Amino acid sequence: MKAAAFDYVKADSVAQVIELLQQHGDDARVLAGGQTLLATLNMRLSEPALLIDINGLAALRGIERQGEVLRIGALVTHAEIERSELVARHAPLLAQAAPHIAHRAIRNRGTWGGSLAYADPAAEWPACLLALGGTVVVQGPGGVRRIAADDFFLGLYTTALAPDEIVIAGEVPVAREGQWQGMTQLARRHGDYAVVGLAATAQRRGAALASVRLAFMGVAATPWRARRTEELLEGREPDDATLAMAAASLRAEIEPLPDLTHSSETKRHLAGVLLQRLLACARRDSKG
Amino acid sequence: MADTRTIQVTVNGRPHRCQVEPRTHLVDFLRDELGLKGSHLGCEHGVCGACTVELDGRIVRGCLTLAVQADGAQVQTIEGVSESGVIRDLQQAFVAHNALQCGFCTPGMLMAAKELVETRPEATRAEVREWISGNYCRCTGYHAIVDAVCDVLHQRKEARS
Repeated sequence: MKAAAFDYVKADSVAQVIELLQQHGDDARVLAGGQTLLATLNMRLSEPALLIDINGLAALRGIERQGEVLRIGALVTHAEIERSELVARHAPLLAQAAPHIAHRAIRNRGTWGGSLAYADPAAEWPACLLALGGTVVVQGPGGVRRIAADDFFLGLYTTALAPDEIVIAGEVPVAREGQWQGMTQLARRHGDYAVVGLAATAQRRGAALASVRLAFMGVAATPWRARRTEELLEGREPDDATLAMAAASLRAEIEPLPDLTHSSETKRHLAGVLLQRLLACARRDSKG
Repeated sequence: MADTRTIQVTVNGRPHRCQVEPRTHLVDFLRDELGLKGSHLGCEHGVCGACTVELDGRIVRGCLTLAVQADGAQVQTIEGVSESGVIRDLQQAFVAHNALQCGFCTPGMLMAAKELVETRPEATRAEVREWISGNYCRCTGYHAIVDAVCDVLHQRKEARS
């Protein structure tokens, strides 16, 4: 199908974007990579009166280390993250996750900031940002503010972003010595949204893990942290007994939403499988 | 007549200045305004890959890019890369391996394969399969398509050594 008619503005500044958002409210949509938005327009699931194209805003591009954080501009594409040496060094979780996002032609255009703002609970970037304890940087009429990932994802496709704010960057802490990061997911076909996925980080203390963060994709209305299981893992060595205990804890804690083809029970089972697989990697990585 | 915008875009090396409606996506523009019918429209929501074209040197979904966004950009379509001969080996390998039946997906497959062989010269068969997973072939000719791409990776490697 074809998109309904809409008006189009290519913005010159963030201030102009904010002004247009204030003027047009919910009739306007911000166009970043467009890999979700343009599909919904073509299917007429959405008929905004105005698209505000932010692709001309150079300030929203680029990946740079700023002290103890890696700042990734909102317009950085999935493919740029995939091939970035800075990302591979300082946030290896993102480098590992990037190839799982759709396909090359989409990764060449889809953006980091667009994915965070859209907040699909089955998508990679929201879950990764949560696992890394990252921050979303947004700008509105009152200036710039920073929102922790833990406070950003509020509900299905719903975030703490105000109607007249846009995401300008996402920041993740630079991986410290001894930090372990990993992700795994189950998809029917490479590049599809995960049936269930898991992004995780932890700090190694000898053979034991500390400050474990487990962020699941595809199980809830938002990317979801298994906080009780994280606590259970605190200070433990990821041996076979711990893996079994963690999977049991997770399956008791998680209440997955079913999707069209997978029941809640199936997802509960799969989440436990993925957790055990990933924790086994943490063990192998630590010996490597 | 809906409100239109003027864009200047270079397609297959030729500059064009055209009026487009904001809602027109890149492939409708290429097909209907410029008469370049080689890029196909399948699903029109980013799933099938039949509309794959190059925008500023990288493959994109032509149905998920607006024509107005191509203002000032370089676009390459299957017509351009066929004429210039840069994918002659891929096209010959597709023929040699019977890597097409109806041919509807072939332009998109070739555009995707072009970026693969240019950017991942050491790609394994598994990586070729992953890369091509973004392009549907409803004649189910994937095996032969992967064979053809692997053949070209091998040929180019031999030519370098």
